[in-house]
This record gives sequence, C-alpha cells and structure tokens, in this order.
Amino acid sequence: MQVAEHDVLVIGAGGAGLRAAIEASAAGVSVGLVTKSLLGKAHTVMAEGGIAAALANVDGRDDWRTHFADTMRGGQYVNNPTMAELHAREAPDRVRELEAWGAVFDRTNDQKILQRNFGGHKYPRLAHVGDRTGLEMIRTLQDHGIHLGIDVHMEWTVTRLIVDGGRVVGAFGYDREKGRFQVFRAAAVVLATGGIGRAYRVTSNSWEYTGDGHALAYEAGAELIDMEYVQFHPTGMVWPPSVRGILVTEGVRGEGGVLRNSEGQRFMFDDIPDLYKGSTAGDPEEGWRYTQGDKEARRPPELLTRDHVARCIVREIKEGRGSPHGGVFLDIAWIKEKLKDSEAHIRRKLPSMYHQFKELAGIDITSEAMEVGPTIHYVMGGVKVDGETQMSRVPGLFAAGECAGGLHGANRLGGNSLSDLLVFGKRAGEHAARFAGANPRGGASGSEDEQVEAATRDALAPLERQDGGGDGVGSYAIQSELQDLMQAKVGIVRSQAELESGLEDVLALKERSRNVSVAGNRAYNPGWHTALDLPNLLLVSEAVARAAALRKESRGAHFREDHTAKDERWGRTTLVVRKGADGEMEIEEEAVTPPREELQQIIEENR
Amino acid sequence: MASRTFRIWRGEQDGDGQFAEYTTDITEGMVVLDAVHQIQAESAGDLAVRWNCKAGKCGSCSAEVNGNPRLMCMTRMSDLPEDLPVTIEPMRTFPLLKDLVTDVSWNFEVKKRIRKFKPRAPDAEDGTWRMDQRDVDRVQEFRKCIECFLCQDVCHVLRDSHKHDEFVGPRFFVHAAALEMHPLDTEDRLEELKEAQGVGYCNITKCCTKVCPEHITITDNAIIPLKERVVDRFYDPVRNLFRIIGGR
Repeated sequence: MQVAEHDVLVIGAGGAGLRAAIEASAAGVSVGLVTKSLLGKAHTVMAEGGIAAALANVDGRDDWRTHFADTMRGGQYVNNPTMAELHAREAPDRVRELEAWGAVFDRTNDQKILQRNFGGHKYPRLAHVGDRTGLEMIRTLQDHGIHLGIDVHMEWTVTRLIVDGGRVVGAFGYDREKGRFQVFRAAAVVLATGGIGRAYRVTSNSWEYTGDGHALAYEAGAELIDMEYVQFHPTGMVWPPSVRGILVTEGVRGEGGVLRNSEGQRFMFDDIPDLYKGSTAGDPEEGWRYTQGDKEARRPPELLTRDHVARCIVREIKEGRGSPHGGVFLDIAWIKEKLKDSEAHIRRKLPSMYHQFKELAGIDITSEAMEVGPTIHYVMGGVKVDGETQMSRVPGLFAAGECAGGLHGANRLGGNSLSDLLVFGKRAGEHAARFAGANPRGGASGSEDEQVEAATRDALAPLERQDGGGDGVGSYAIQSELQDLMQAKVGIVRSQAELESGLEDVLALKERSRNVSVAGNRAYNPGWHTALDLPNLLLVSEAVARAAALRKESRGAHFREDHTAKDERWGRTTLVVRKGADGEMEIEEEAVTPPREELQQIIEENR
Repeated sequence: MASRTFRIWRGEQDGDGQFAEYTTDITEGMVVLDAVHQIQAESAGDLAVRWNCKAGKCGSCSAEVNGNPRLMCMTRMSDLPEDLPVTIEPMRTFPLLKDLVTDVSWNFEVKKRIRKFKPRAPDAEDGTWRMDQRDVDRVQEFRKCIECFLCQDVCHVLRDSHKHDEFVGPRFFVHAAALEMHPLDTEDRLEELKEAQGVGYCNITKCCTKVCPEHITITDNAIIPLKERVVDRFYDPVRNLFRIIGGR
C-alpha cells in the first residue's frame, strides 16, 4: 500500500479547498491536496455571477452589517449567526487578496473593482468578471497555490476517512488512472468536496458532486445539519434535452433580464413575499432603473431570492402558462428598447451566456428570449462545524464551502457561495494547520490497518462481483433510478406522502446497490468510479428525505404543499443528522442558535 | 430518433489501441459527449472519458472528433455529417492513459516554471489598486482560457517536433502574456521566454488560434507581442551597440 504523509490533507480543490491549502501552506505545515478531477476543473469554475462582498465600491451605503442582515433574511433566520457575521466582515479582504494574487475583476469608472446587483442583496455587491467569475477565482487560487509547495494529488478520490483514538488520522483513496490505492496520513483533514447535485436528474452539477464530504464526515462520526434545504436555481436551461439543467446566471436578471410566461406577462409581479414588499419595485420601469444603477429605485421582483423565484416559475408551468419546452421565458433582448447598443452590451456583460445559448441551443440571446426552468444547484445543508474554526465534532476534521452547513440557513443568496469558499476556506486552512501543529499524529495502529483493509475490500467488491455472475446490477442504472426518484419525490414541491415514499425507494435502492457489479478492470473505469460514489449519493439522499419529511413547514428552499406556511416552532429548530450507535441514521431536533444582541439589532434595523 | 455509428478509440497505456464501433440513438440537441455517455451506460461501462461541466467552461473533455480538436460537450451532433460514422480519438500530442483520456500532467509542470504574478506596491492606502477597464481588456481576453489544452494538441512544435523540453506551447504563452501585460505586474519573464520557454519556435501558423473554444486570438494578441518584446530586448541593433560599447 502506498502511503502519502502530510500535516494537513485537503480533500477537494475547488475554491474552498484551494483557499484552505494556500492558508495551511502559508502557516508552514506540509499540505496535500486531493482532487477527483484535474486541478482547476472543480465546480467553482462554473460560478458565473460574482463574489458577494461589501466593498461599497459602487454604492457607498453598503457595509458588512447590511450584508450580514441580507444573508440572514435570505436564509430565513436559521443561519449560524457567527458564520454569517464572519462571512460578511471578512469577504471584502478575501476579494482584495485575490486582486493581490493577480485576479482581474471588471472595473468601475473610478478604476476600482466593479460590483453588480444580485437577488436578495440590497446594494450592488458582487465583484465579478463578466459572467465567468468562478473561472477567474479558481485560476487565481490555482496559479497562486502551485508556487507554494502544496502536493497536489490529481484524479484521486477519497472513499473513507481513518479515525483513531477519537480523532481523524488520515484518509484512504484510489486514483483514476490505474485504480491504485493509497493511504493519506495526516494530522488534520479539511473536507471541501462541494455538493450533492448528482442525486437529482436535473442539475447544474457535474459528475463529481456526489456528497462525498457529507458522507465521509457522517461515517467518521461528524454530524450534518440543514439537509432538507436543497437549492433549486430558478434558471437552468430546459432545451435541448441534453443540456437540461445547465445554469443560466442570475446575472442575466441583474443586467435587466425579465421573466415572462407564455402570455407575455411578467408574472414575478404577482407574488411578492411580505419580507420583501418594501424593497421591491412597484412597476417594471422602477425595476429597470434599479438594474441600471439608480439608487432611488427598488429592485425588480426577478431579483427576489432563488427559492421564491423558482417556485413562481413552477407555478406558471403547472398552471399551463409555460414555454414550449416546459420552462418560462427569460428575456434580456428586450433591453434594446432602452439601450442603443444593446447587442454589444449583452455580449460584453454576459459573454458566456451568449456563447452557451448560441452553441448549445442555437439561440441568439441578444434577439430572442431564453427558455429556463429550475435546476438543482446547491445544498445549504452540510457538516456541522464550529463557526470560527470550521472543525466538526470529530477532532482534526474540518469542513469548508458547500459541504459545510450553517452559513446559508434555509436558502443561499447568489454570490454568497464564492465568498463563503474564500472566507471559510481560509479559516479552515488556518485552524487545520494550527490543530496539526498542536496535535501531531502518532504511528499507525492496528485499528488503522483494519480500517484500511475494510476500505480496500469495499472498493474492490463491485469489480469482484462481475466474476461471481448472477444478479449483479449496474452502477449507472442505480444512479439513474436514484436521480429520477429524488427529482420526483424529494424535489422542489414536497409532501409527506411523497417524501415517505421517496425515502422507502432510497432505502430499497440502497439494498440493491449492495449487489452492484461493474465490468472491466481498475484502470480509468468510470463504471467502477460511479459504483464507489453510490454509497455517498444514497446516504445524502436518505438524509435529505428524512429531514424533509420531519420538517412540517415551508421555509426557504424547503417547500411543503401540505404545510405551506412558516411555523414559529420550526423556525427555532435545526435538524441534526448522525449515525446512531446501531449504525442507522438518526435525526435530532436542536435549538437554532440565536444571534447575540448586537447582531439581532442589526437584523431589526434592516427588516 | 436516428441511430448513429461511432468509432471510438479504445486502448490502454502500454497496449495497442484500436477503434471500436458503437451504435446509439441520437435525439435533438445532443452533443458528442452525450453520445459518449449514452454508449458508456448502454454498452461500454468502462469507456474512459474525462469531463466535468458539460457547458464549455472547464475544458476537461478535449478530444479529436472526426479529426478536429474539439470540446466534446460543445460539439453538436447535428453539426457533423450524417452519412458518416463519428470518429472520436484522444488528443494525440499527449500520452494515452486510456481510451479518450490522456496524460496532460506535463502542462501542469510547465506552468510552475513560469514566474508568478508580482504586483507593484498598492496605489491606495487601504492596500488596493486602481486600474482602468481599458487597460485590463486585453488581459481579460487571455484569462478566459479554460485550459482545455487543445492549442497544445494542435501545435506542431509539440505534436510533430516533440519539443516539450524547450517549448512551453501556446497555452503558456497566453499565460505569460496575461502576466506580462497585467497592468500591476512588475516581474520580468522575457529572458526565460526566449531561452527556456522557446517562444522563437513558434512560426505563427495560427493553428492554436483556430481551435481555441474560447476564441482567444492566441497568435496575434499573445504570442506575436511576446516575440516583439523579446526582439526589442535582445535583438535591437541600437541596444546591441550600447551593449558592445558598454562591455555588457
């Protein structure tokens, strides 16, 4: 068995993982960075809109307090207030740091970093580069990180954490190239594995997002919170079928794009939630002025929070006012009525959207409306961590970014993800390095060897079953069934009966998956890789279904057609998922941590 | 629904590879990567292919489709001739790992050899800089690069002449140009570009520019200006005269 030794092992090389690795490395410890893909390809690369940070470059009234209050309101006040505060306070420095490392953001007229409007943010707050901000961010972190002596393990997948003496001591994984196994010994591990999108049929996520960090943490004894909150981005492509789910940035709406139904009506004006009545435009004209920087104007209803916009779109489709391919229309071309040079303007502001629709759908967004519909985009739920250090309840195990829970509450605001990665990636790296320094790991123990043996057996099982013949099922088939059932029963509009039936289906699939068998050998075998991802996908699916069935109210991204209102008691409750002593999943209700007085006051002032 | 035939390269690192034929149904709007995934799920579970975003943003699924270097996720089936089988091969400039997947690790090593960004002192007291949009436009063009390495794949200095040890390839000239033309950067990379990185080997055939899925004008906007800077520095007759007189 090959062994790699690091002080800090970071699993995942998107924004959070890279930022954590950079910080840990700067603290002087040795760092290993494991990534399922090549460096620079993680999902961060697809982020379009921008990084939310109260730089106040475009509107001087913005500050961390307003950003904090916006984040809490967007999350329906069940966020971890410590994380929401640190995030709002530290995001501006994290953005400026990227510029010091070579990032080239779009500029204001007075030569500062330009910021754009986004849903749920009171002021223009998103630092951006056209609509390819994620690429700029990941490339900047990558190009900075490669000069720091970080050991990068590209195309390696971790399947198990190794826990010994009540702490994490390393991880076990395989490489895609040859299917070799390796033990990564480490004194601290940072999980930065992103989301769970592959549990659903219509998703903006790539093959990598199989809930690895969630499952690794759960199996190692950590807890997961908020798993019922799964974000549907309101605007994914719906046609052609093969691109269904691919993201259409909120930036389209930030630049003046409007949503219309088949009757040509701007249906977002029909239903404005009470929390946002005072801050939403009274008519289309005011909304347009807002997108063009008029500080007196209020934002158009298209820029309400993602959960709400997604549900309004579903309503239009369900009630028969959808577009030909089962979406609604998103129109940016209309701005030609307002701007002389609208075609060039759209291409400059939204270059990759222009490109994406032109090449994949044959649609020119400067002259035609797009068809869009909701797509699974993000999971608010994740590993329960300490708000300051990002450490889970397993000593030495940290989590940052999408696989950590708490910051976003019941619904994440657009732009708060990239800033989350930077702020908490840095914090996780810093504290992991500190933990590793104070708690070096000892030699390998018998328990460690047993765990490695078990992990090896589990990893080889799907390949060995092919020789056994019999009733083996394919890994692609199971994954595909799971995606369909999660989409249908644990999706955007939920009910007790469907959730319970969905949970039964997940558990039945889990049984069948024990028999999964794959053809071929260990060299770069996607069928095998898919089989090894399955337990993680099934585990997070079970957690989402169980938590969603328990929460009998509607809040943020969790919408129940049988409990459509918010419930005060549930508003004080967080659902915590963990592995019980009997090996079964258990869920406990825990009180939401209330914000300290100063923060509560900020929330009240911004209501 | 039309059925189409694919010839896909199958082979492992040290073995002999060959084309294998597959047939699958094509529906409206499908791209080549969809077809590969469908074949994988239907009849070739262990067919190796690298991909991530499926939206032309990550640059993972580079391959040669009907002989053309392309991102499979951005190549629509409807744009390929219907009466011929679709041929899919791995990038030929890099060593094969398996099937459509190549070992592109050389690119990641090369990048480390290019000196990193070194900004001038901040312009403002709060540690920030001021830059005009006009001054960052050209750098932003280069920073659109998604590192698909298709430009490296077609560059004959790498593909045919195998100058991997003396020449970094178009991708990294674009990277170097983005750094050299960054308004804040103070590092000097010209000598290395001339010597170790071999900018002189490029003879401007523009093959790289033609295949760039991000439409970066690699040759005209990145490589030629770098060549000019090298020439100005090292081959300028007036400067050479000063150098001789000055004894340097």
